[in-house]
Amino acid sequence: MDALLSVDGISKMYQTRHGVIRAVDNVSFDVAPGEIVALVGESGCGKSTVALTLLRLIAHDGGRVMFEGVDLDAIGGEQERKLRQDLSIVFQNPYSSLNPRMRIRDIVGEPLRTAYGLRGRALNDRVRQHLGDVGLGAEHMNRFPHEFSGGQRQRIAIARALALEPKLLILDEPTAALDVSVQAQVLNLLRDLQRRLGLSYLMISHNLATVESIADRVLVMYFGRLVETGPVSEVFDHPRHPYTRALLDSVPSIDPRHRDRLKSIEGELPSPLNPPPGCAFAPRCARASARCNEVAPTLERHVDGRQVACYHPLGQDDA
Amino acid sequence: MSRPMLSVNGLSVDFPELGRTVQAVRGCDLEVGEGEIMGLVGESGSGKSVTAMACLGLVPPPGQVRGEIVLDGFQVVGRKESELTRVRGELAAMIFQNPGKALNPFFTVGRQIADVLKHHRAINDHAAREIVLGAFRTVHLPDPDITFEKYPHQLSGGQLQRAMIAMALTCEPKLLIADEPTTALDVTIQAQVVVLLRELAATRGLSILFITHDLGVIAALCDRVAVMYAGTVVEQGPVADVLGRPLHPYTAKLLDSVPKLGMGKAELTAIPGQVPDMGSLPPGCAFQPRCERASEQCRQHDPVARSFGGGRLAACFHVEDAPELGDDRVA
Repeated sequence: MDALLSVDGISKMYQTRHGVIRAVDNVSFDVAPGEIVALVGESGCGKSTVALTLLRLIAHDGGRVMFEGVDLDAIGGEQERKLRQDLSIVFQNPYSSLNPRMRIRDIVGEPLRTAYGLRGRALNDRVRQHLGDVGLGAEHMNRFPHEFSGGQRQRIAIARALALEPKLLILDEPTAALDVSVQAQVLNLLRDLQRRLGLSYLMISHNLATVESIADRVLVMYFGRLVETGPVSEVFDHPRHPYTRALLDSVPSIDPRHRDRLKSIEGELPSPLNPPPGCAFAPRCARASARCNEVAPTLERHVDGRQVACYHPLGQDDA
Repeated sequence: MSRPMLSVNGLSVDFPELGRTVQAVRGCDLEVGEGEIMGLVGESGSGKSVTAMACLGLVPPPGQVRGEIVLDGFQVVGRKESELTRVRGELAAMIFQNPGKALNPFFTVGRQIADVLKHHRAINDHAAREIVLGAFRTVHLPDPDITFEKYPHQLSGGQLQRAMIAMALTCEPKLLIADEPTTALDVTIQAQVVVLLRELAATRGLSILFITHDLGVIAALCDRVAVMYAGTVVEQGPVADVLGRPLHPYTAKLLDSVPKLGMGKAELTAIPGQVPDMGSLPPGCAFQPRCERASEQCRQHDPVARSFGGGRLAACFHVEDAPELGDDRVA
C-alpha cells in the first residue's frame, strides 16, 4: 500500500527556561489514500503539535514527513505551493478561524484567487459549487461570518479548506466547539465528503465516541509518543495498551445502567520537564513492572498489524 | 422525592437589548431534593447557566429575573445584595467551568480558600487553615500541606477543580451548583471529578445541581435530569427513564445524534436546523421548526409541561403519538 502521507520518526522539542520539553517524541505513522486516521490523546499529549508540523506551521526537529513520496523538507518554491494545495486543515473553533471582516464569497474564494488566479464569473461559480458541497446555498455568499451559527461557520471553514481540492484534510477537533445537536450534522457531512471526493483525513480529537463514528484507524498518543495504533473497532473493543483501556474506561456511557463501569485513572500526567525514565504511563499503571520504570518500551508491530508500546499488553482475556 | 433543597418555579430571565429582548429563561420549573444529584442538560444558549446564576442571585444587570426560587426555605428573587451575600457559600456554593479563571493568580490556593472562610466566620488563621486542609483531604488533593502553599498556576486542571470544590465545601453548603465543571477537563480527569462528586453526595448528603451539555456525564452521575431547550425545561424525570425512554422529541433526537462508544462506524441521526435565536423565537413550541412530529397545534401554542407519572414531566403535545414510547432506546 502506497501511503499518501508518511511520517517517520518526527520529534519536536521546546527549549524553555526550566529545561527541554519533548512535545513530540519519535512519532511515525502513515495515512493511505481515502483513509480516515484519528489521532487521540489528552490535552498536552502533542497531537496538535503533530498536525501543525505536517502543515509546516511549526518546524519539527527530527524525522521525515513524506507526502506522495516527496520529502517535505527538501522542497520549496513551486513544489511547496503545490503541496499547500494538496494538504489543508479545518481548525477547532469556527468563531476564531474565519475572518470577521470578510464576506463568505471572499473567505471561500480567496484560495481560488491566489492559487488559480480565478476572477469574476469563474470564481463565483466555483465558490457556489463549494458552498453547495457543504450544504449552504448561494444566498449566503454576501453575508459575514457573524450572521451564521457555529455549525454553519464550520461548514464554511470546510468549504474553504476544500476549495483547492486537497488530497489530505487535517481536522483539528472539528466538532468540539459545536452544539451537541449540530455535531452530528458536521460529522455526517465530513463522512459524506470523504466518500464523494475520495479524501483522506487525519482527525485530531479527544472525543473517542466521535472518533469511533468516523475513523478507520486510530493512533493513541500519550505524553508525546504513540502508545497504540490499529483499526478503530479492534483497538476500542480490545485495547492492548493499559492507557488505551484507561482512556476508554474514563468515557461515561450514555446508559445510566452502565454507570459503574466508569473508572478513573489514578494520578496525573507526569511533568514534561521531569519525565519518568521508563514508560511515561508506568507511574499510573497497575501492570507496571521494574522494567517499565527503567526503559521505555518501543512501538512494536504485532502479527495482526496492530502496534503497541507496552511490555505487558492486555490480551483477549483482560479486555 | 425527599424535601426539596432547591425549588424553582416559573423562573424567567430577560435581557433587554437594543430594540429587542433576549428571553434567556422562559418559565423554568425544577426541584433538587435533599442529597440528590440533579442534572440540567442543554446546549449553549439553552438557559442552563443563567438558571444557575439566578439561583444565587447572580444574574448581571440589565437582566430581569421573575418567578420564584426557594433555597432551603429562603426566597432568593428580589433580595438585597447584603442578604444574598450571607446565603452564598453558606446555603449554596457554585463551581465553574474554568477553575483557572476562578482563582486569583497572585495568592496561594490555601490563602484564598481560608479568606472565604474568615469572611463567613469569626475564626483565626490557624483554625481556618485546619478546616481548609480538611477540605483538601476530602477532595483527595495530594499533600494538603504543600498544596496549601501553591499558586494556581502550579496546579494541574484536575487539581484546580478539586481545589475549587474544596473552596465551595468549606462553609458546608447544603447545595452545590456545578456549572460545566468537567467541560474544560480531559476525560480521565473528568472521570475523577465525577467519582468525587458522587462520593460527596453519598457521604455528606450534599445536594448537587449539575449543569452540562454532556449526556454521558449526566448518565454517570445524576439521579434525576432536566432537559432544557430554548430557555425552558422540556422534560424531566429519573435519569434512567429520561435517557432510556425519552418522552420529548428533543430529548429523543439529542440522544440519537450523539456518537456513542461501542456503536461502531455509523451514520448519525442529525437534528435538522439549529438552535433558535433567543431574541426572536418561533411561534408556538420553540422546538417545532426542527421537529418531525410538529402539528398545527405546535405552531400556534407553546406546550406546558404535563405529568406522565413516576416523577416524569414533558412539555409536548404529541408524547402519546411517539412511536418509540415504551421502547428501550439505550441498548
